[in-house]
Amino acid sequence: MLRTFTLAAVASLGLVAAPAIAATEVEIEDYDFSFEGPFGAYDEHQLQRGLQVYTEVCAACHGLKYVYFRNLHDEGGPALPEDQTRAYAAQYEVFDQALADGEGDFRPATPADHFPGSALPTAPDLSLMAKSRAAFHGPYGTGISQLVNGIGGPEYIASLLAGYEEAPACAPEDFPGYYNIAFATGGFPEECVDEEGHHEVPGSWISMPPPLLGDDVTYADGHAADVRSESADVAAFLMWTAEPKMMGRKQAGFTGVLFLSILAVLLYLTNKRVWHKVKHGRRDD
Amino acid sequence: MSGIPHDHYEPKTGGERWLNSRLPILGLLYDTLMFPTPKNLNWMWIWGIVLTFTLVLQIVTGIVLVMHYTPHVDMAFRSVEEIMRNVNGGYMLRYMHANGASLFFVAVYLHIFRGLYYGSYKAPREVTWIIGMLIYLLMMATGFMGYVLPWGQMSFHGTAVITGLFGAVPLVGEAIQTWLLGASAVGQPALNRFFSLHYLLPFVIAGLVVVHIWAFHSTGNNNPTGVEVRRGSKEEAKRDTLPFWPYFVLKDLFALAIILAIFVAVVGFMPNYLGHPDNYIEANPLATPAHIVPEWYFLPFYAILRAFTADVWIVMFANWISFGIIDAKFFGVLAMFGAIAVMALAPWLDTSSMRSGRYRPMFKWWFALLVVDFIVLMWVGAMPAEDIYPYISLIGAAYWFGYFLVVLPLLGVIEKPLTPPATIEDDFNAHYEPTTGGTKTLVNPAE
Repeated sequence: MLRTFTLAAVASLGLVAAPAIAATEVEIEDYDFSFEGPFGAYDEHQLQRGLQVYTEVCAACHGLKYVYFRNLHDEGGPALPEDQTRAYAAQYEVFDQALADGEGDFRPATPADHFPGSALPTAPDLSLMAKSRAAFHGPYGTGISQLVNGIGGPEYIASLLAGYEEAPACAPEDFPGYYNIAFATGGFPEECVDEEGHHEVPGSWISMPPPLLGDDVTYADGHAADVRSESADVAAFLMWTAEPKMMGRKQAGFTGVLFLSILAVLLYLTNKRVWHKVKHGRRDD
Repeated sequence: MSGIPHDHYEPKTGGERWLNSRLPILGLLYDTLMFPTPKNLNWMWIWGIVLTFTLVLQIVTGIVLVMHYTPHVDMAFRSVEEIMRNVNGGYMLRYMHANGASLFFVAVYLHIFRGLYYGSYKAPREVTWIIGMLIYLLMMATGFMGYVLPWGQMSFHGTAVITGLFGAVPLVGEAIQTWLLGASAVGQPALNRFFSLHYLLPFVIAGLVVVHIWAFHSTGNNNPTGVEVRRGSKEEAKRDTLPFWPYFVLKDLFALAIILAIFVAVVGFMPNYLGHPDNYIEANPLATPAHIVPEWYFLPFYAILRAFTADVWIVMFANWISFGIIDAKFFGVLAMFGAIAVMALAPWLDTSSMRSGRYRPMFKWWFALLVVDFIVLMWVGAMPAEDIYPYISLIGAAYWFGYFLVVLPLLGVIEKPLTPPATIEDDFNAHYEPTTGGTKTLVNPAE
């Protein structure tokens, strides 16, 4: 464990010749999410569809341990009615140490409990995925594309879920994982690297099998359930799980900017008035 | 140097006399608030108030955050998420605190470069400058330790890298590193002590801020001309200055309102823009992020740290002359701290008799280059240490040292400065006709 740190530390300081990390090109599609921009809001129907995809597909392996069931009832979130929130929570079982005279036992979850963690140890928790995968700091690491295009975590998640493609011909048949054009940090076969060290194909090989094949769920609202829509819906849902208070935050930002702008105007006028005599008149008169 | 002559506090009522004869606090407040301030200060003199406000903002939001935070390796990350989700207004508190650190450093860098351009560091204000540099160092320490507390991936691995720097010190390095971390690796003892110090240091900073203000209230403010306030008599001083209240308080508050509007927009609409996404992944000692990047405000000095690799001739020379004690890693650490040390020594390295850069035709260009250099270093510090980037870092680092160690001492000898206005009053009146009531169509720096 200790060795890992030191190597990492030294390599990151660039004090030893670190092997050049070949830049992996990835293809991220710019989705138009309803919550983008200063006034964007979550689409509760999309969040509900995303919750359905999560529940019926992702939850088999991935957890959402920072999200409480009661949050599903939140205004500005999926806004499930209270009885539905209770019923949804009751599908899950949680271990309660207080039951069976302190022995502990399983009971159905209530809205006060949080979602379970990942069922599969290798599957990361999804609660914060949309924020922890927001790294699109190009061009030249300035983060401008992220700022201008609003491309971030949800775009990445949606692109990844819809990014499974037929493995390119250059890759050996038995190369482990699944080829995905949006995944940057997976394995990459030597055969697909040209003489100058550039990758011939975008993306890399991910160990997660394609989770969405199209029509994996049947939406109650009759919305199309092709891979692209399902991916966008679950990505929007995961943005909400990562940033459930986004609406409150934007509201606070808007109020704050408005209030401070008015204050600035008033202070400007006061300042001008106070200085007027000094600048344009004799100070002693 | 005696202070600027001005009216002192005279207790008016019986109550004021009673209190002031026992504790002269009213006199202290009055003299501080009514302090005679050069009337030609421009908009670069607002950063002090912005910094003071930000320090208070950070302390207030920080104290409330501590009420909900758990400094334990298994619980820290979760407790921060609980603040974001389940504490009333917790998401605003945390985002304001995290982005408040950025505001703090934006303001301090502008404040420092203001001082460097207008020669605010020169005699008799060296002590103000040195205390300012101490505050800046403490801010960096506080910012770094605060970044560790959420216990995300960058928190953890960043700590490993930065404390690893101390491990580069010959002979005692490993012992120092262990002493800092309280263990041989980053873990619970490190988290606990960083939490403790992150709470303590802001109050040390607050104390030093008082001394910083005390120091420049003894010498008087510098101003864009660098010409001292006339101190012959109260009347003379009054022609060069205005009381801090209400003139500069209102001016500074106006600027603060605009800066806070921008700040609130960042917090409200893009609070994670300046942070690293990896810090939303809980710390995992076994998974090292591909690129460990410090927060943006450390990047210029991080770039200098990385610039001196083993194949640079000066590093090889240092290695040879010290019989191998100074290796590339230790040289990088020395360079990083040295970069701040040379800045702190600016009062003694700058030989020019002219204080303000406004009247130094050659200095202006070298200074502009220093600003560009700082921005380039900040950018290259975020880049991986490969391709052309290490060379850019090296050139940038070389200019940083060159500016302080070569340019500043030499310019004072070879440069022929322009003639500044005789008094602050003249400078002010050149912009504002005192009797006609009309302004010239110039940009008015003292508005």
